[in-house]
Amino acid sequence: MSQAESAIALVDCNSFYASCERVFRPDLLRTPIVVLSNNDGCVIARSAEAKVLGIKMGEPYFQIRQKLRQHGILAFSSNYALYGDMSQRVMTILEGMAPVLEVYSIDEAFADLTGMPGSLEALGREMRARVLRCTGIPVGVGIAQTKTLAKLANRAAKQWQRQTGGVVDIRQPAKRDKLLRAMDVSEVWGIGRQMTAHLADMNIRTAWELAQSDAWTLRSKFSVVVEKTARELRGTPCLALEEQVPPRQEICCSRMFGKRLHELAPIREAVATYAARACEKLRTQHSLCKKVRVSIRTGMFNPDEPKFAKGIICELPYPTDDTRLITKAAAEGLELIYRAGFAFSKAEILLLDLRQRGEFTDDLFVATPPEAAERVMGVMDAINARWGRGTMHPAGVPAQPDWGMRREMMSPSYTTRIEQLWRVT
Amino acid sequence: MSCTILGPLSSSSVSLPFYSFRVPAGFPSPAQDHIEAEISLDELLDLRAPHMYLVRISGDSMIDAGLFDGDLAIVNRAMQGRPGLIVIAALNGDALVKRLAKEGEQLVLRAENKAYAPRYVLEGDELLIWGVVTHSVHCHVPG
Repeated sequence: MSQAESAIALVDCNSFYASCERVFRPDLLRTPIVVLSNNDGCVIARSAEAKVLGIKMGEPYFQIRQKLRQHGILAFSSNYALYGDMSQRVMTILEGMAPVLEVYSIDEAFADLTGMPGSLEALGREMRARVLRCTGIPVGVGIAQTKTLAKLANRAAKQWQRQTGGVVDIRQPAKRDKLLRAMDVSEVWGIGRQMTAHLADMNIRTAWELAQSDAWTLRSKFSVVVEKTARELRGTPCLALEEQVPPRQEICCSRMFGKRLHELAPIREAVATYAARACEKLRTQHSLCKKVRVSIRTGMFNPDEPKFAKGIICELPYPTDDTRLITKAAAEGLELIYRAGFAFSKAEILLLDLRQRGEFTDDLFVATPPEAAERVMGVMDAINARWGRGTMHPAGVPAQPDWGMRREMMSPSYTTRIEQLWRVT
Repeated sequence: MSCTILGPLSSSSVSLPFYSFRVPAGFPSPAQDHIEAEISLDELLDLRAPHMYLVRISGDSMIDAGLFDGDLAIVNRAMQGRPGLIVIAALNGDALVKRLAKEGEQLVLRAENKAYAPRYVLEGDELLIWGVVTHSVHCHVPG
């Protein structure tokens, strides 16, 4: 028996953050919406209506405030508790419909549909209908032989939503070639702005032209990645579905403060808070770290402010995931790099030199992690998982910091906080 | 009215450490061989399913259906709303909890409190059935 032809679907939520904001606000069905980055900095998501009105990704909020008011566009602070919960719901539904699912980001997933019986386009429509019914989030589905083609098919499903009903299957060569000819090479997954320019020099302007290019030339001129992209566009799978994300090699927690900080004490609080969060991430992937880098900086764009940025790497006595140990090291590092007289805007904690538990060999002559510490951390994580983040925290982390993130237009956490549930009359 | 006692409830499906009885010397617990899986409200009400939502009831328009101000409603979005069911409806953008009914071809959103008139869904009205209320949680302890 010949092997079944591969079939990959890319399911992608339409304007995900904006769509999440609408789920519990049916009055905003047709209202243009934008969602802002941390500290209400700049636009990171737009509803279709906001796109039509000419709002661009990355535009700073303070520059477009007037324009938003003028067009009746509603701005939201990012509400990651809501987006995370809605994402989990969408992915759970998709997992129930496809044998293998790779969650690629908060709002998109690849599904391996190879060998599924029946019409895959019908299955795509059913995915779309079920996610919409169960969550209120509209999705687009692109189906093809490879991940790169599925991405392209998904773009077509979005671009020609009305004609396609949000589902496009390009496994037939005629359909695939038609789409490849219609798509600019910059629309291809993994082809960035610089690469687009390089390819233009070689007269490669459409996805079709990239697909027709000689694979070996692409590899020798650019990289194996571009070569694989071209092969994938021709329908040869080169990128496998990754069901399990490998543990990260470094963990970062960095945020802008809600306001400028001058004194050491509140910065120390912020550093302790970020360190505690980074340690939680560390323990979730069951890793230990041997180094922690702490850095602080002032604003970098205001010409009237004196600028300063400095970081330091602190060595830990042994590979650990103990919040207390890591926070202590970070606080000591901070003392060394802090300078009075500056208006600091951001701190960052980076956990480095990560390894999996049991990977390091005990050195007989250095201190080893006490077993009690592990149990303390386990209990702390369990308590915070049960009663909400921050229920139990090291004393250096304040419960309600006045330097916290600015989120002045945030919607309630409708699905994750009992006191903020949706109210109906 | 009568009631049947179901047995112990586990707090949720969040996994908690399980401590087995350990009696190093002496008698083993007589209950040890009779431990059964605990009853979970999460499972009973299907709360962890991706299509289930919790919603807070506000106001007294549904008191005759046993839904009171401040109650928690458990809402199933996957269920088709049909006449006879209590639904969360978005009528012209307003979120309402009412009983869906049909008079001939006419859709009606009925309050369950004589003080409130039924709301007939007219041409030009935009009605979206958001979900179906499957259960509700009411606190019986005053204060």
